[in-house]
Amino acid sequence: MLKLRDVKAYYETPRAVVKAVDGVTLDVRENEILGIAGESGCGKSTLLRALYDSLEPPLKIVGGKVEAEMKDDNGQTVTLGPGEIRKHWWTFISYIPQGSMSVLNPVVRIEKQFFDAISRKHRLTNKREIRERIGSYLKELQLPVEVLNSYPHQLSGGMRQRVLVALGTFLHPQIVLADEPTTALDVVIQKGILLMLAQVQERMKNSLVIVSHDIGVHYQITHRIAIMYNGKIVEIGPTEPVFAKPLHPYTEMLIQSLPHVGDHKHREGIVGRPPSLIDPPPGCRFAARCPFVMDICREEMPSLLEVEADHFVACYLHREPFRARKGVG
Amino acid sequence: MSDLLLEIKDVTKVFRIGGVLLGTEFLAVDHVSLSLDRQKPSILSIVGESGSGKTTLARIILKLHEPTSGDVLLEGKSVFGSHPDLDTLAYYRAVQPIFQNPFETFSMRKHVDSYLYDTALNLKIARDRKEARDIIAEALSSVGLDINGVAGKYPNQFSGGELQRISVARGLIPRPKLIVADEPVSMIDASLRMNIINMFLSLKDEYNVSFIYITHDLSTAYYVSDYVAIMYRGNVVEYGSSDRILTNPIHPYTELLLNSVPTGGKKWARDLKPPDIELKGYQNTACKFANRCPFVQPVCRLNKPPLVQIPGEREVLCFKPVDYELGPTTLRQDPEAETGSAGEVKLCANNRPAGGEDESLF
Repeated sequence: MLKLRDVKAYYETPRAVVKAVDGVTLDVRENEILGIAGESGCGKSTLLRALYDSLEPPLKIVGGKVEAEMKDDNGQTVTLGPGEIRKHWWTFISYIPQGSMSVLNPVVRIEKQFFDAISRKHRLTNKREIRERIGSYLKELQLPVEVLNSYPHQLSGGMRQRVLVALGTFLHPQIVLADEPTTALDVVIQKGILLMLAQVQERMKNSLVIVSHDIGVHYQITHRIAIMYNGKIVEIGPTEPVFAKPLHPYTEMLIQSLPHVGDHKHREGIVGRPPSLIDPPPGCRFAARCPFVMDICREEMPSLLEVEADHFVACYLHREPFRARKGVG
Repeated sequence: MSDLLLEIKDVTKVFRIGGVLLGTEFLAVDHVSLSLDRQKPSILSIVGESGSGKTTLARIILKLHEPTSGDVLLEGKSVFGSHPDLDTLAYYRAVQPIFQNPFETFSMRKHVDSYLYDTALNLKIARDRKEARDIIAEALSSVGLDINGVAGKYPNQFSGGELQRISVARGLIPRPKLIVADEPVSMIDASLRMNIINMFLSLKDEYNVSFIYITHDLSTAYYVSDYVAIMYRGNVVEYGSSDRILTNPIHPYTELLLNSVPTGGKKWARDLKPPDIELKGYQNTACKFANRCPFVQPVCRLNKPPLVQIPGEREVLCFKPVDYELGPTTLRQDPEAETGSAGEVKLCANNRPAGGEDESLF
C-alpha cells in the first residue's frame, strides 16, 4: 500500500539540520495494524508526516522514495508519489492527529466540521443525504448522534477523539494514520478508543498505522510493530514474536524495563540518552547505551536483516560472525 | 507525639467556577482521609484519572491550596486549623514537592543550580553560599549527579531525566520527611523512567523519607508503593496495601482501571462497549460510580456508599462488599467476626446526597 525506501526526512534550518528520519525502509501492507514505537524525539511523528505527504518547510525529504499504491474507481492500481498523495487525503489516506482540542475548530459545530472536511471529496451533494450518512455512520460506531450539534468544548476529551476517528474514517480510506491517538487520555477511555480503532480497521479491512510511545498499546492492538530509535528503525516484525523474543538489545531492554501489576521483579531503566539528531554518530545509534557493544558497532550502522520469518533487526549481534557472541537475555 | 507522619483528616476542597451568582461549585476533593506512618518510611501512591482530584489533594498537602474543610496534620501538628501549629518555613523543611514537567519547573533563563541555592538559603538550611554548596553537592550526589556538572548550566543543557533528578535533589536539601511527587515520570521517556522510580526506592531507605506518589499509571504505582489510594471524582474509593488492592481489587472502579492498563500480559477482549464515561447525570446518584458500575444495585443510586473497613488490609467505599446492605457496616472478614458489634463500625462521614458537580454535556 505504502512503500518507503531509504527515506531521509530532515528539518533544514539555517542553524542546523535535524535528521529526524534518517534512512527508513518500511512497507505498510494491506489489511494490517502497524505500530510505530519509540521514545520522544526518535522521529516517529516525522515519519508519519512523510507517509502522509504533509511536508512543510523546514521539513524536507532529502533522499529515498515514498510511494503509495492506490486502487482507483475502476479498480486499477495507480502509483502515487510525494505531492500526489496529498490530493487523495480523506478518500485514500487520512490522518488522526494527537490533540483533539487543537484540531477541531472550537467555534464550529461538529456537524459543520464534518461537512467542511468531506463536501469537496464526496460525490453526494444533497445535504440531507450527507447528514443521514453521517448520522448512520456515527451510530455504527456507537456514538450518540447528538454530538453533531455540539461544539468541541462541550465534549469530553475521549468523545472528541472518537469524533476525530469517525471523521478520519468516514470516507473509508485505504490507509488511516493515527499519531498518538490516545496520549493524554485516561486509561479507561484509552482502551475504548483503541478498541474502536481496531474494530473500524477490522470492518474496513484497510491499513491502520498507529504511532505511540506506549509499548503496551502496541502489544494490545497491532499486528506488526516497528521500533524506532534516533531516526532509524532498529527492529520490525509481527507483534507477538517481537514481544516474546525481541532481537535488538534496545527493544529487549525497553520491554524489560516496564513493570507489571502483580510482578515485583526489579526493573532497570536504560542508562544514558539518545545521541543528538543533528550530529548522529556514524555507527549504530544505540552503541553508546548498549551493553553488548562491539568495535564494529561504532563504525558502521547495521542495516535491517531478516533474522526470523518477517522479523527484521538492525544489529550485528544477529549477523555472522558475531552471532555466536550473542548472550542477550 | 503522634504515630503518624502525615494525617489527612476529612479534607474537602470545593472550587467555585464562574461568578458569585451564576457560578457553580465543583467538589474536587470529597471528604478524604489518608495517613502515613511515622516509624517506617513508606510510599503512598494516589492513583486516579484526570479530574479525580489527585492533584488538588497533592496541592493541599503541599500547602498550595487551603482545604474548604478538614485539616492536615504533620506529626500531630495542625497545618490548616484556625491556630496552626506549624509555620510555612517549618512545614516546607519537612515536606517538599517534585513537579510533573521538569522542563517547566526550571526557568529557561536561570541557572539550574540557582534553584538549589535558593532552597538551601530560603529554608535556612545553610547560612551562606559556601555552606549551601556542600549541602547541594551532597544532595546531587545522592541522585547520581556531580555538582561540577550542574553548576552554571541552563535547563536546556540537560535531558528530562537529569532535570527530574535535579528536582529530586532540590527537594532533598532540607532533609524532608515527606516528598510529594506529582506525576514525576509522566514526561520522561520510557527507557529512563525506571531509573527515577528506582531512585525513589533507594532514597526511601537511605534518607528515611516517605513519598506520596501521584500517578495515573498503575504499573509503576504497583512497583514502587507500599500503600495505594484509588481516587474517583474526589473520593478515595479504595485505600490500603498496594499489593493486595492491585492484585485483588474489590471496588469495581479499581477493577475497571486494572483491566484498562495496556500491558504486555493478557490481551484485551475485543468486546467494544459503547462509551460509558460520557453518561451525564452521575451527580444525581449517591455513589458517583453507579452509572458506570457493572454491579450497580438500586441502593447505590439512593444512598452514599459506606466506607467498609477490612482490617490490616484496606478500606473500600462501596456497597458490594457488604452485600448492598444499608446501615452500619460490619467488617467483612470471617463469618464469626460478623457475629456481634465487636467489629469497628464506620460509616462514610458524609451522608448527604452528592451534588453540585459540574460536568460538560458528554
